[in-house]
Amino acid sequence: MSNSHADGAPPKRTIDVVNASLKRRYARERRFRLVGLTAVILGLTFVGLLFADIIAKGHTAFVQTYIQLPVTFEAETLDPAGTRDPETLARANYQAIIRDALRSEFPDVTDRRGTRALGSMISVGAPSHLRDMVLANPDLVGTTREVWLLADDDIDMLMKGHINRDLPESERRVKDQTVGWIEQLEAQGRIEKRFNTIFFTTGTSREPELAGIAGALMGSFYTLVLTLLISFPIGVGAALYLEEFAPKNRWTDLIEVNINNLAAVPSIVFGLLGLAVFIAIFGVPRSTPLVAALVLSLMTLPTIIIASRAALKSVPPSIREAALGVGASPLQTQMHHVLPLAMPGMLTGTIIGMAQALGETAPLLMIGMIAFIVDIPSGFTSPTTVLPVQIFLWADSPERAFVERTSAAIMVLLAFLILMNLGAVLLRRRFERRW
Amino acid sequence: MHSSTLLIIVLGLMSLAYYVGRKRAIVSAGGAGRISTLHSLPTYYGLYAALWAGIPAILLMALWTAFQDEILVTLVKAELPGSMLEGLSPGAVGLLVNDIKNLASGAIVSRVATPEMQAAADRFALFSQIAVWAMWLGVLAFALGGMAFAWARTKPQMRARNRVESIFMVILVVFSSIAILTTLGIVLSVLFESLRFFQEISPLDFFFGTLWSPQTALRADQVGATGAFGAVPLFTGTLMVSAIAMLVAVPIGLMSAIYLSEYAPRRVRSWAKPTLEVLAGVPTVVYGFFAALTVAPFIRELGMSMGLDVASESALAAGLVMGVMIIPFVSSLSEDVINAVPQAMRDGSYALGATQSETIRRVIIPAALPGIVGGVLLAVSRAIGETMIVVMAAGLAANLTANPLDSVTTVTVQIVTLLTGDQEFDSAKTMAAFALGLTLFVVTLALNVIALQIVRKYREQYE
Amino acid sequence: MSTTVDEMARRTGAMSSAELAGGRESRATVGDVTCANPRMVCRDVDVFYGSTQAIKGVSLDIGKNEVVSMIGPSGCGKSTFLRCLNRMNDTIDGCRVTGSIKLDGQDIYDKGLDPVPLRAQVGMVFQKPNPFPKSIYENVAYGPRIHGLTNSKAELDEVIEGSLQKAGLWNEVKDRLDKPGTGLSGGQQQRLCIARTIAVSPEVILMDEPCSALDPIATAIIEELIDELRANYSIAIVTHSMQQAARVSQRTAYFHLGDLIEVGETNQVFTNPKHRLTEDYITGRFG
Repeated sequence: MSNSHADGAPPKRTIDVVNASLKRRYARERRFRLVGLTAVILGLTFVGLLFADIIAKGHTAFVQTYIQLPVTFEAETLDPAGTRDPETLARANYQAIIRDALRSEFPDVTDRRGTRALGSMISVGAPSHLRDMVLANPDLVGTTREVWLLADDDIDMLMKGHINRDLPESERRVKDQTVGWIEQLEAQGRIEKRFNTIFFTTGTSREPELAGIAGALMGSFYTLVLTLLISFPIGVGAALYLEEFAPKNRWTDLIEVNINNLAAVPSIVFGLLGLAVFIAIFGVPRSTPLVAALVLSLMTLPTIIIASRAALKSVPPSIREAALGVGASPLQTQMHHVLPLAMPGMLTGTIIGMAQALGETAPLLMIGMIAFIVDIPSGFTSPTTVLPVQIFLWADSPERAFVERTSAAIMVLLAFLILMNLGAVLLRRRFERRW
Repeated sequence: MHSSTLLIIVLGLMSLAYYVGRKRAIVSAGGAGRISTLHSLPTYYGLYAALWAGIPAILLMALWTAFQDEILVTLVKAELPGSMLEGLSPGAVGLLVNDIKNLASGAIVSRVATPEMQAAADRFALFSQIAVWAMWLGVLAFALGGMAFAWARTKPQMRARNRVESIFMVILVVFSSIAILTTLGIVLSVLFESLRFFQEISPLDFFFGTLWSPQTALRADQVGATGAFGAVPLFTGTLMVSAIAMLVAVPIGLMSAIYLSEYAPRRVRSWAKPTLEVLAGVPTVVYGFFAALTVAPFIRELGMSMGLDVASESALAAGLVMGVMIIPFVSSLSEDVINAVPQAMRDGSYALGATQSETIRRVIIPAALPGIVGGVLLAVSRAIGETMIVVMAAGLAANLTANPLDSVTTVTVQIVTLLTGDQEFDSAKTMAAFALGLTLFVVTLALNVIALQIVRKYREQYE
Repeated sequence: MSTTVDEMARRTGAMSSAELAGGRESRATVGDVTCANPRMVCRDVDVFYGSTQAIKGVSLDIGKNEVVSMIGPSGCGKSTFLRCLNRMNDTIDGCRVTGSIKLDGQDIYDKGLDPVPLRAQVGMVFQKPNPFPKSIYENVAYGPRIHGLTNSKAELDEVIEGSLQKAGLWNEVKDRLDKPGTGLSGGQQQRLCIARTIAVSPEVILMDEPCSALDPIATAIIEELIDELRANYSIAIVTHSMQQAARVSQRTAYFHLGDLIEVGETNQVFTNPKHRLTEDYITGRFG
């Protein structure tokens, strides 16, 4: 600013001092802003890194390596009596015909170790695959077919480049000899990566190439359904009572404080509760969707209650007055008028609570969900695991191939969570109402 | 004869009762045209009947299912020859009972079945069979009886709506008490086992002992035959991981809250905020995987390249990732409190010629400080109670160390490890887990109460 | 009286939208908008909030060592105009100012002009006392500290004592400078805010209904204070109380629906208003 008007001013005018330091102050302003921006960028980078890392590790799990071999379904091995009796066929030695197929493919391998190495290229699940083929079509016996057989996880890792072929032989799980065979098969077009249906259709397994998430997914499904059935009515009912009917006294204050605190209790403590109360006292069977749902319901209740109360609060009192004014009872007022208006908010809160329950792991470890269960569960009381616990278990497995399976399972889990949260956001947008 | 079948039958009876009750009300009024002579709408008579049919039956079923097993076991145990139970610890008796049950249901048994066991198993199977039949009969009788009772009571003068509503009210009260029951359940279950633990191990040793080695020895002459339960290394480990997490989360969370609420253009804010909040929705097991398989090896290699000795499961890796997890928590809480600072404060500062950052640093943050502190305390409580990340990335070694590159263990890790092995429910090891759980619960509860109190006071200040 | 104000505000509100729809030109101001010794000179100032025009072509001078009061019914734009004078409207989204406002010959809405030093020259006291949640001392020290006006603790102490004395608060708070400013009474808080403004030694002080939240005794003290401050500062005060305007100001400006209707010596405006609207307002026919 101009100094021309310095008429009778004190010796030191404010504006001069201010202008003198302005540059420094603005530098500080820019620095502060930069720090803020850096923080946001760092946060966003973490999001990006997390997702990029998981996807980079996991995307390869959606395909699986198969090896094509001419398999001779020798009648002598499979059905020496020639009866085509399904029981005989089911018990036959399919391992042997795979071994024979490999031998005829690589006739120069004769020593014991070589044969074993050859055999280990094919998954241990391959014989049962052949058995299923034969049982479905007994006419195969006695014929020779080109069959795509599931490769062992080490071969799979080699094909996906997770095992570096340039490393010295002693440091790599797949030896030079096997690499040579693989290269030979590759040259013949007998090795191929196909969409991994096993991953989506089977339960877990000790063999990475045979392990799938179907069991855990179904376990999560049953658990979530039951959690919803338990926690939604209770949560909405409790919210309705506390917000609309409860007298304001010490007891309801206590409940209120209690709910707020429960929402912040570490989840693992709920696991202890489940173990000590549901399992030890009430004898609820371990490792089942039932006990998991009980624990998760208690855990998500505070979330649902708090969201439902907020939704009820946002319904204007005039609606209640209108309904009461035409002679509706308080309960009718709530059921016919308030509850329907508050429902979208309550559902949003419930979806968020369910998403929490779907991703929760820690308390489930305490109540036996970490048992190794291969079968896909069939009901609320059959032993099972759930998706996050499956992820935890696989993450602990030493095989390299489990890393990609774990990441893929995480991708599936995250996809479900994103869908649920998106649903909650859309629901909120769709029904958001300003009074 | 599955109990869910029974449940479905009861539900069916309830809908039948609804229909019958409604019909009866209409008939008793003298036909559909005279409904107005009824005290309540026919629907309420139907509901009344349905509730009478369902509630007593379902209550009976719940009680029966809860106590049947215990009663049967007591019965079977009473008839076991005394010689079989003599000299057995409670744990061993439990195992024996388990075997008898397995034998009865045809599952795999851990020992060769003696004739006595076989007899007991047969008895158990027989009793179970009888019990199930009795339950079915009882429950169905209750349902039909309730229905009949409601039928008898249905008259035009009956105040069906008021009765149905008071039943609903009772249900609502019960629902809202579940939160209290949950807390009570947590406190009692944790407290009870902890007290038993403290009878064996003195609380002094537990809270001030520096050696943690819960493996109880198999032979009496082994070193540390009773195991060592000094929890100090666990506490320091928890503190260190939480401190690292807060060092990451508080500056980043707070600064991004400030940037997003004060500086960012609306468009940037509208996508950056939800994107950051994605971090809050990612399950902890995913963070654990990320920490164990990506961050920990990275830090290890980085440390090695600088000539540092980094454990493969370092406190640093777990803490860093936990911090990332807590960022959105800190930032959304800080944003709330920053937005709660009245515009008048900002105006007052701008009117004096303050720049934006001066206003933020010298007026807004001091004004919002109590709220921010409350939020940070909540975040600390969350960090202390976080389990999966540390289970997967922090390790099991109870090192008493101040070096973040070392492996440490935490309270939550030990709870998980102690309770997921194959041990009897009431060994010292499992009870130790409950003692740790009690400590964890009390500490986080105290933090939450203080934090919520501070935040509430802060809100009131500006309302 | 308050019901009349509300009623009138409602009526004028309805009128204003009808008039806006008709695209009415701004009304000419009655009286002399200039003064002999101006510090701030405003010419043809329009203010828009989004598409609504809140101020229409207002021109007004604020002289040295005088108190200008702005009166008018609620919603007439007087506060909006006041907030233009130190660019406090910048913090409101969608607010646009056209025309020229000059401080000592410099256009304060000039593109390159920085509002930070401007606000150090044109201080503002708000309707509701808004002391920072800090000690009394820190409240007053805030301005000098951020601008680096003092070089030593002693000098700062001196400035603070001087400001508190000028604001007439020194004797009441000198023993408890380290107590929070929010703990003072409403009137004391408002004087603290005035002291906070004076501590930066601005040239102009804007006051937006500074007494509306205060009791009569506190109001009297502040009015006295305003009169004393006139010796060193130019003061523009928005008030809803005509008595207050009559007591503290030398010139008075009457605003109506975003227009500046009449400006003049305070005595003249109150005793002999020239415009009918002014007269109606002064005589209490509305507002």
